[in-house]
This record gives sequence, structure tokens and C-alpha cells, in this order.
Amino acid sequence: MSEVILKGIAAAPGIALGPAFIMDKQEIIVPPRAIMEKEVPIEIARFEEALIKTREEILEIQKRISSEMEVEHAKIFDAHLFILEDRTIIEEVIKKIKLEKLSVEYVYSQVMKKYAKIFSNIEDEYLKERVADVDDVGRRVLKNLMDETKMHDFDQITKELILIAHDFSPSDTANMFNKKIIAFATDVGGKTSHTAIMAKSLGVPAVVGLKDITLNVKNQDDIIVDGTKGLVIIDPDENTKKTYIDIKNRLLAIREKYLDVKDLPAQTKDGQTITIMANLELPEEIPTIQKIGASGIGLYRTEYFYMNRVDLPSEEEQFNAYKHVAEAMVPHTVTIRSLDLGGDKFLSSLQIPKDMYSFLGWRAIRFCLARPDIFKTQLRAVLRASRFGKMRLMYPMITGNEELKLANDVLNEVKGDLRKEAIAFDENMPVGVMIEVPSAAMTADLLAQEAAFFSLGTNDLIQYTLAVDRVSEKTAALYEPGHPAVLRFIKVTIEAAKRGNISVGICGEVSSDPALVLVLLGLGLRELSMSPLNILQIKKLIRSVAMTDCEKLTQEVMRLTTGRDVEQHCLKRLKELAPDFVSYDNEMRGTAA
Amino acid sequence: MPKFGKEITIKSSQGLHARPAALFVQIANKYNSHVTIAKGEEKVNGKSIMGILTLGAERGSTLFIEVDGEDAQALLGELEELLTKESNIK
Repeated sequence: MSEVILKGIAAAPGIALGPAFIMDKQEIIVPPRAIMEKEVPIEIARFEEALIKTREEILEIQKRISSEMEVEHAKIFDAHLFILEDRTIIEEVIKKIKLEKLSVEYVYSQVMKKYAKIFSNIEDEYLKERVADVDDVGRRVLKNLMDETKMHDFDQITKELILIAHDFSPSDTANMFNKKIIAFATDVGGKTSHTAIMAKSLGVPAVVGLKDITLNVKNQDDIIVDGTKGLVIIDPDENTKKTYIDIKNRLLAIREKYLDVKDLPAQTKDGQTITIMANLELPEEIPTIQKIGASGIGLYRTEYFYMNRVDLPSEEEQFNAYKHVAEAMVPHTVTIRSLDLGGDKFLSSLQIPKDMYSFLGWRAIRFCLARPDIFKTQLRAVLRASRFGKMRLMYPMITGNEELKLANDVLNEVKGDLRKEAIAFDENMPVGVMIEVPSAAMTADLLAQEAAFFSLGTNDLIQYTLAVDRVSEKTAALYEPGHPAVLRFIKVTIEAAKRGNISVGICGEVSSDPALVLVLLGLGLRELSMSPLNILQIKKLIRSVAMTDCEKLTQEVMRLTTGRDVEQHCLKRLKELAPDFVSYDNEMRGTAA
Repeated sequence: MPKFGKEITIKSSQGLHARPAALFVQIANKYNSHVTIAKGEEKVNGKSIMGILTLGAERGSTLFIEVDGEDAQALLGELEELLTKESNIK
């Protein structure tokens, strides 16, 4: 069979080769649970609800498919409805719940198993194939009946494999750490979907938005996931396989080479020390971050708590996570960013139309100030955790002093409450501001009077400065980190921080760009925060250049007139200044098939 | 309410397996009447494919079909036709 290449969205970089393991097709584990007599009607009602919900799901899929594909395909779902609403099954389940006093999910799974067996014993090819339909319907109903965290047993995974699913939920996450999952691929999702976040924290490649990979791949199929280019290759040809194995080996060799700097300081050849911190998404990443020797957390994103769930996270849940991170990182600083929802990150528990919190809309600090109930819960959790380590707090998307004051008013209110309740917290926890809006950069001198530190959020700063939606594919080429306007805003911010005698760092993706990071250093930045994946490579680079050269490069670059010129000049000088430096990213991007 | 019962010997080559079973259910579900199929001691709901398949009715087996409801007569006619045609589906 010749190879099949599927194109999706590159969600986490890297390359993996291995067998496919399709999660949606694995057996769901349902332990028996005894119920009391009075629970019988409840179980039956749950059963009816699940059947109705499943019916709606199937009709929805059928509608979608019949408009996209041939009608024949949609007919499969007629069979599914037949099975779902089969009276014999329904009556048997209800009878057994009453008789055996066991939970509906257990009884249902047993009944469905029985019928799947009957089907598979029938000597008719057509009906034999319907076993898959019985399984599929059973799975859908069980999903609607069960707590998803208990549906799969990841402990049984003992071999390296590539996990494939329609989508992954946060409840899958907890089960996946320390397992032999080498890549992810999903039908749906975007760059900020849960799968992407999870893959990045696990340090494995992921491709999402593949539309129908779950239909194209079979369990144990040989596949390649190219998370850098957003490709999945099914049954790769020998040549393709060889190309990818070569790239993978080269990457491993480079990684190996980076490892020798993990315990060394990020110091330039002329003795300037740079603080390299990690951007943190999930507490589970801490061991990796410690292993590569990061000097703290420069950005702890907290959106994770709020996304992909139906309720709001409690104060206790947040407190426990923040405390854990603060304690684990001692003696280093942990910089928590208050809730930054909106733009490309949505709050699943609040039914707000997506266009309402576009990049220019009701998001980040604006949202928090409008919803003090949600904001205060988070601030309480942060403050309570602050005494367990070295914690800092920063607000996202501040546009000027007014907003900073409003946010601090809420913070002070919460502090007052805590004092009244005699709950201890760090009274001196520094509170800073993210500089990611042009108005904040231009008034950085004013903000420096009120803020304890700045953190340049360049991902947003670039898009707001250049009026480019960073999520839109059509304008992607206009998103230029090296644009003179962006560099000038960064420069203004650094200078204002220096004059105001406060610290300034950067947590955008630019800080891990080997060419541009030299300019950031030349502009005076001494604190970089980036994805843990990039830390060793940037440290290696910093150790191979002199600050005087970075400053000289920066002077040259600040005279250039276009973003493209800036980037090209930086790349050229990077090769001269650090001829031995091999960029991990370029290696992955440049040579792949 | 009209109620009818009839003994039918299956003539279709595949018995009441496979596609004939699916067709049987499809026909039964078009009508409001209640329908049961009995083979010996076993009796199942005629509107349930799972039920019919568990009967395991081969070609030549005799079934007792009972219909109960306003449109029972028409339903019984259609079901009989399905089961007694030599080869209704290929």
C-alpha cells in the first residue's frame, strides 16, 4: 500500500514514528457499581437521558455528513439509531437494573457486549460488520453516562505509541503523564486546543485539525507525525521513513549536544549573565523544567484551569496548583499571569459568543474587571499560595495606568478580606504588568511608576502593533517579529523600566528565536522566558556570543527599514557570530520531506 | 383492536438472519401495531433487530407472528410476503 499524507495544523513541534493507537476504538472499562433500591428510578432516568443525548449526537453527525459526503455514508447512522433505540436492549437494561441493582453503565455495557457477540457469531458478512456499529453506539451512550476520567486505562500502555482521537479532553491529561506516548493526532482542534497544550507540556509532537484521521488510520498502523509541518503520514514508504529517521537522529544528536549546558550559567563570552526562565502551562511540566535548569517561571499561564470544562475552577483547586508550583520552584521566582481569556482562548463554562471576546474585544483584564467574582477567586488563590515560595503576579493586556489601578483596587480588596479572615499571604508580592499593547509600551514610563516589573508579551504586541490577527492564515505573512515598530516598542519599554528602576523581561516566542534573541540582548533585556523546549538551545547560543557583538548587531538592525531586512541581517550575523550553533527549529523545518 | 396471529414457515434463503431481519424491523416500525415473533418457547419484540437476531430463525423454521393494533392486518400481510418470498434479497 502506498503512503497517505494528511495535512493538519502543526500544534507541537517534533517528529515521531510509531504504531497508531486510536483511543476512540479502545474498550471502555466499566467497573460494576452496586446501587440501592431507591436509586433504581434515578439510574433509569440517567439511561433515558443518555439515550436522548446520544440520539441527538447521531442525528447531528448524520446531518453534517450527508451535507458533506455521499448519502450512502450517512445511512450507516440509520443503523446506529436502530441499535440505539432497540427495544430489546432497552427493556433488558431496565429489567437488569431493577433485578441486579447495578449501575446503568455497567448493565448497559454488559448487555451491549452480549449483543456484539451475537452479531459477530452470525454467518453473514454484512451483519458481522455491524459489530462495529454496536460497539460505536455502545461507546457513545457510555460516554454520556460516565465520568470520562475513568473510561480509559492508560496503565496498560507499555509500548511506545502515537495516540489518535477525535479530540482529547483535560481529563485525559492526568492519565497521560509518564506514559509512553510519543505523539498526538486529532480530528479537530487548533493551535491552542487542549491537545496542543498537552503535547507541548509532554514535549512530544502533535498535529491537530486533521478532520478525519480517526477514520483513515487503523490500530497498529505504522505512522509518522511531523508536528513541525503539521503532517501525518500513514504507511510511509521506505524512502519517507528513512528521511524522517535521519532527521530524528540529527535532532537527537543536537539535543544531546545542548544537554551539556544544562548546569552551566547562561553567560555570554564577555561575562554577562542572562536569566532564562520557563513559560509554564501545566504543573506536570515542573520536573522537565527543573531537569533543564530553568531559573524560575517567567510566565505561568492560568487559562488551563478555565478551558475545556463546564464549571469554573474553585479557589481551592487553583490554590493547590499555585502552591505546588511555588514550592517546587523554590528558590526561584514564579510569575503568575492572571486570567488571560479571549482572543484565541475561550472560556467553555460561560456561554459567551466567540466574537464578543475577539482580540480587540472583551478579553483578559477587561473580562476580569467585568467579572470580579471570577477575578477575586483567582486573586485569593494566588495570594494564599504566595507565602509558599517566591511569587509574582502580573496582569495581561493592560492598556494604561487606569486599568492597572482598577486591577490593583480589586487586589487590595481581596488582601483586605484575607487579613480580616486572618489568612496569611506574602504582603510584598510584586505585582507587574504585561506590555503587550502599543498604548502600554508608549506609556511604559507612567506604568513604571505603579508596576513592580514589566513582562513584554510580544506575541500580542506584534499583532496589535502591526494590526495583524495572528490566528488568521491570510495575514500570517504580515506577522513580522522583526518589524522596526516592534523593535522600537521593545526598546521604549526597556528604557522606561530602567529609568523607573524596575525589572523587565520578555515571555513571547521571540525570545526563543535564535536570530532575534541576540537583538533582544543588545537592546538590554537580561531576563528571558520561553517554552521549556527551547531553553537549552538558547542558553547554548548565549554562551557562544559576546554581549558587545549583540549590542553592535542591535545598532545595525535599528537602522534597517523593514522587518524582512531585520530578520535577514540577524540570520546572517548569527552565522558569523556563532558559526557552530545549530538551530533545532531550522533543522526540523529545513530538511523534512 | 384487531389482533391476528399466523404461523409462517420461512422460505427466504437467508432465514430471518442478516438483511431480512433488518428489513423485518424496518417494516414493523412503519406500523403502529405491536408485533411479536415466537419460535417455540421463545418470544421477542418484532420491532427489535436484536430480539429477532437472538431467535436464530433459519430457513424452514416455523414462526408464530402475532400482530395487535389498528393497522395489524396490513402489517401482517407485508411481513408474510417478506418471509415467504423465495429470495427477496440477494
